[in-house]
Amino acid sequence: MESTTSNGGRTFSRRWVLGAGATTLLTAGLSACGSSGGSGSGGGTITAFVYGDDAVKVQVKAIDRFNASAAAKKAKGKIKLEKVPGAEYPAKLRTAMGSPNAPDVFFNWGGGSIKAYKDANQLIDLTDIIKSDSVLKDGFLPSVLAAGGLSGHNYGIPMRGMQPVILFYNKSLFAEHKLTPPTTWDQLLDINAKLKKAKITPFALGGADVWPELMWLEYLVDRIGGPQVFEKIKNGDASAWGDPAVLKAAETVKQLIDDGAFGKGFSSVAYTNGGAPAVFAKGKAAMHLMGSWEYSTQLGKFPDFAKKDLGWFAFPSIEGGAGDIRNVVGNPTNYWSVNARTSNKDAALAFLRECASEQYAKDLVANGDIPTTANAEKLLDASPNPEFAKFQYKMVQQAPAFTLSWDQAVDPNVSTPMLTEINKLFVGKSSPSQFVTALKGLK
Amino acid sequence: MKGGSRVDAGRPPRGSQAKAGRPHAALALPAVLFFAFFAIAPMVLAFYLSFTKWNGLGDPEPVGFANWQKLLTDDRLAQSLTVTVLLTVVSWVFQTVISLLLGVWAAGRQKNRAILSAIFFVPFLLSSTAISLLFYALLDPNFGIIRGDTLGSTNGAFLAIVFVGGWQFIPFHTLIYQGGARQIPEVLYQAAAIDGAGRVRQFFSITLPQLRNTVATSSVLMVVGSLTYFETVLILTQGGPGTDTAILPYLMYEAGFKSYDFGYASAIASFLVVAATLLSLLMVKLSGFGAMRSTREGM
Repeated sequence: MESTTSNGGRTFSRRWVLGAGATTLLTAGLSACGSSGGSGSGGGTITAFVYGDDAVKVQVKAIDRFNASAAAKKAKGKIKLEKVPGAEYPAKLRTAMGSPNAPDVFFNWGGGSIKAYKDANQLIDLTDIIKSDSVLKDGFLPSVLAAGGLSGHNYGIPMRGMQPVILFYNKSLFAEHKLTPPTTWDQLLDINAKLKKAKITPFALGGADVWPELMWLEYLVDRIGGPQVFEKIKNGDASAWGDPAVLKAAETVKQLIDDGAFGKGFSSVAYTNGGAPAVFAKGKAAMHLMGSWEYSTQLGKFPDFAKKDLGWFAFPSIEGGAGDIRNVVGNPTNYWSVNARTSNKDAALAFLRECASEQYAKDLVANGDIPTTANAEKLLDASPNPEFAKFQYKMVQQAPAFTLSWDQAVDPNVSTPMLTEINKLFVGKSSPSQFVTALKGLK
Repeated sequence: MKGGSRVDAGRPPRGSQAKAGRPHAALALPAVLFFAFFAIAPMVLAFYLSFTKWNGLGDPEPVGFANWQKLLTDDRLAQSLTVTVLLTVVSWVFQTVISLLLGVWAAGRQKNRAILSAIFFVPFLLSSTAISLLFYALLDPNFGIIRGDTLGSTNGAFLAIVFVGGWQFIPFHTLIYQGGARQIPEVLYQAAAIDGAGRVRQFFSITLPQLRNTVATSSVLMVVGSLTYFETVLILTQGGPGTDTAILPYLMYEAGFKSYDFGYASAIASFLVVAATLLSLLMVKLSGFGAMRSTREGM
């Protein structure tokens, strides 16, 4: 077909090219189907995905220990840890789980964060495994173990510390301006006024990430209306956003912003890139509402500040509000879940047992975390900051209610627009009443 | 000069090559396969996904036109479209004016021109993610160089995106304009100089008309580039403050990778492909670029 007339040559090539294109598509389709491996216990190295922040060194150590252990030899497998950097973790996990390259074991927040995987039959139901294994069954606080599950079944093993949201403060700044940690909202406003007079921003806030803004609403709604307000929302009743407590909380937020409580540039500051922690550690802001991981973050980035100046107290109660000052919001902990398609289930389960070990709990304690293992309390003296460790442990232990972070408790379909609306409230793009109207429309 | 035979028009003699004809079609195969695999196939798949409901796990579920219906009624899409068009227009003006002037300057024979041109080109070699992270740090309200609530205010965030995009892509368009300006025959300027035309007059009467096709090329690239702009928005503003800089590609990302609504995300993506294609065709048509008329006709 080496035609010399250009016309003949072209016809030939066009058909040829189309055929080649179709072949490419078919090949792509077939290879995608072919490589989704089978499950079983054939042995071999498996992969674990973990959220790669400052606390990850505990998991790194645990994996090293596990890979060298007899349990790993028996399961004929090792684990390769893949550290996925912060903010994009959920998206990366979702993409991987929908592909043949899914992790065998993965970090998650329990509850709403794993519901889609459970619905797609991608999780190993750990309920019976835990029941028949005394190491796992007796190893963890039952309430925390249960919080990682869905409708009474267990899908996760606790693997990090408790993460209540706490109001952190700079002790030197407070001492310098003769301030004491508040227990009521009026005291807090009084402190804000004094700080502003001294040209110090009352609160650091990583508004660019939006979820630090969410923490303010979580606590305000709890303190004003009690934990049952969000409980209703979580159970799918969107009209519960119309509860007066939500509007009051939104108005309180607006007032704080108008008063300059978060400074001027907070929407340009992020937590995940170290911005907000630096503002706080360098004394530009006096307080920071953040999950308990703030301690390990500061210990990693500003160790001197973490050791000397970092103080903490519970979110104050609000006069006339229904919520108990002992109520806590945040994440009970993080969990490891196991992919139902794992190539080495034995190794995965053996590794989960490692997370119930005393050594694992000790590593968490050394990192400033409070393990959720049953034996945690007696280990806390070894913490780099026993005072903080015990404060946290008590806080969670005594809490009448522990509200799971809203963005983890509801479906991503709801949490994404919810976070957008929260951001709009904080940057002044919507008024408190517009905010409530928008949230009521979320389904 | 004008009298040459019709057969020769526009076709330089190729000697022995002319007899061998065009290169064999198979030589295009690697490029065609590459394009089919990485451009056509994903586009077809996205179009298919836009008629399904899929959260990334399991099999997509057909839902007919539900996603397209949502697309037509979504308030955020309307806002996003406005922001996208605005960003495209402002970026086009900003980038075209600067790169046109820089390009024409760089086409000259001045002292230090080569060195300066090479330096100007550096931003284009950096990844847009790295550039965005760099500017994010520079704009930090507490530790940056420009300490204000730049990214937290609507205009500030918008202008920051325009500026960072320009900073990265102006060098590329400068290069295009430099190439275009170099091709303008020197005799035109000599003739104009004899007639007493100054530099400004020469620029508007010779350079600009001669660069007509270059402007069209560069503009199509700029507009399509602005429509698919993404990393800068993701890193600098995440569509914020609120939803004020959520351009279409970001909205698509949010629907897909935050809400895991890949069906709706694919509908936005398909819409974007159609819109960008129509817009490019329109621009080519309006600019007369499609006719491929030489700017040197009659010379």
